[in-house]
Amino acid sequence: MANLDPIHVQGLDHFFGAGDARKQAIFDINLTIKRGSLTILMGPSGSGKTTLLTLIGALRDVQTGHIRVLDRELNGADETALVQLRRRLGFIFQAHNLHESLTATQNVLMGLQVHGAGDAAKQRIAAHHMLDLLGLPDRRDYLPGSLSGGQKQRVAVARALVSNPEIILADEPTAALDKASGQTVVELLKALGQQRGATTIMVTHDPRILELADRIITLEDGRIVSDKTND
Amino acid sequence: MNKILSLLFGRLPIGWLQLSHSKGRLIAAVSGVAFANLLVFMQLGILGALNSSTVAPYSLLGADIILSSQAGNTLTDSDNVAQVWMFQALSVPGVAAASPIFIGNLPITLVDGTSATLLTFGVDATKLGFVSPSIAKSLGQLTIENTALIDKGTRGVPADVIAGIEAGNPFSFEANGRTLSAIATMNVSGGFLADGMMVTSDQSFFRLFGARTSAAPNHILLQVDEGVSHDAVATRLRAALPAQSVKIQTLQEAAGADLAFMSTQRPTGIIFGFGVFMGILVGLVIVYQVLSTDVADHLREYATFKAMGYGNTFFLGIVFEEAIVLAIFGFIPGLIVSMGLYAGLVSVTGLPVEMDIGRAVLVFLGTLTACTISGAIATRRLARADPADLF
Ligand SMILES: Nc1ncnc2c1ncn2[C@@H]1O[C@H](COP(=O)(O)OP(=O)(O)OP(=O)(O)O)[C@@H](O)[C@H]1O
Ligand SMILES: [Mg+2]
Repeated sequence: MANLDPIHVQGLDHFFGAGDARKQAIFDINLTIKRGSLTILMGPSGSGKTTLLTLIGALRDVQTGHIRVLDRELNGADETALVQLRRRLGFIFQAHNLHESLTATQNVLMGLQVHGAGDAAKQRIAAHHMLDLLGLPDRRDYLPGSLSGGQKQRVAVARALVSNPEIILADEPTAALDKASGQTVVELLKALGQQRGATTIMVTHDPRILELADRIITLEDGRIVSDKTND
Repeated sequence: MNKILSLLFGRLPIGWLQLSHSKGRLIAAVSGVAFANLLVFMQLGILGALNSSTVAPYSLLGADIILSSQAGNTLTDSDNVAQVWMFQALSVPGVAAASPIFIGNLPITLVDGTSATLLTFGVDATKLGFVSPSIAKSLGQLTIENTALIDKGTRGVPADVIAGIEAGNPFSFEANGRTLSAIATMNVSGGFLADGMMVTSDQSFFRLFGARTSAAPNHILLQVDEGVSHDAVATRLRAALPAQSVKIQTLQEAAGADLAFMSTQRPTGIIFGFGVFMGILVGLVIVYQVLSTDVADHLREYATFKAMGYGNTFFLGIVFEEAIVLAIFGFIPGLIVSMGLYAGLVSVTGLPVEMDIGRAVLVFLGTLTACTISGAIATRRLARADPADLF
């Protein structure tokens, strides 16, 4: 029977390295995330936040334990299944990682074309609409080289959201931004997530964002040490 | 460009956008491919001229089968074959007629004192059937002592002199203390073999080459009976004549064997063949270098695309797209410059260096293949694009 919760983590351990250098980064994590919620992941540097996020995002192989994402077991899944799954997720990285040769619109189009060629005109309209929502209507045809850091990060957000991902995974999306741009990006993320019913997990140290969260999970040395729900 | 490519691929032409974004890299890569194309075209052009020079004299002949000495290498680099084999051959069923041909290199002195060497063919001036029709019409005139047909492309003989001969003003020159008179022209152009070519009667030939006699021609030309297979007669001849002294080939076989000999046994052929290989290698290395640097420079972007759910075929597509763009953009200038250089070579050397469509298509397909192979090797670096490293 279909699992209604989009993310379900059970008995998850993760190790880096081999032999003497083998080191455990994640210890027995159990976690269920509700649809449409905004969860913040906190914790000191090296506590395993990024590792957990990349495991949930199907970017790393699951070693022990289980992760079910959108009703798909990641442990032992083949590469094709993982590629399929990633298309239903939206990633926002700390660095914008825009393609320097593509304009803002073309970068956003990459988020749509992963689902197939489709109707080029419709895709263009959707990409423009997304850029407009993020306050970049006059930057559509700019190359990343001529955008500011905040504008680039907003293009990256547009690229992640344009295909209506069911889950958004963001790792310190505001770290490279000044306060004002950071605030805008997170508010947009929250608003868009709510409108579209997307589930968001965000790693952040930014205290101003905490009040927007539905749930705050704190990691330390690879373990969950606190798990609070805001109501 | 973007629109066309987008329609073609059903996605943004990332490879093209990526290449055209770094103009310096694009220019370097395109010039590299163009240069490699140029190298290959020049080598092939000269090799082609060498090949057409090699077989050009065959266009003088009207024969079905040629008997030669086993010790000879090609039509014009041959040993003598005993005339007795001609009479033996005539008794083989299917052989209709035979005629000897004599070949020699004749140093000549032009009126202005310069010298040249003419590849001289002595033929029986009464047997019109053993030369090509274009020569046969002037052959009768060669029965007059010390007359010759001279090739239009002969170096040292100016175009107005050639035009004069054609207008009925014979051209005189000195050879072996005799004065020869070129009374008509022919069109053979065997640029690599000698400065020019000349056809005389066998009688004039013996006067010019005192040591040669009718008993030892260079080749014996045979014609077979109407409707009889040349191969069948050649097989019968091989059975009738001693293989260790006489080589029996149809005219096509002989021309093919000459080509093979010149391109694999003679340094010139090997050198130009090697030149083609070097050109291809240069192209491969340049394209590989450019594409693999390009892949390495975009690993982060590729990793991002991987995280977004793009699969392996997408990345291979980008690299192959780049390879194809480079092949096309490099080929066009390479072809144009090569054609210019061909024209220059023709005017300076008179060698028959020509661009033919077959060669252009072949080189283009070769360029595409080489670029694709380089692209395929360059994609090995893609494996290093790991989206987990992005965070
Ligand atoms: N690729 C890797 N190879 C080896 N060890 C790694 C690797 N990635 C992470 N680690 C280790 O795993 C542990 C957790 O790292 P992780 O990056 O998940 O922490 P984090 O909470 O995201 O820290 P930060 O706040 O600094 O980003 C750390 O001890 C780190 O050194
Ligand atoms: Mg981290």
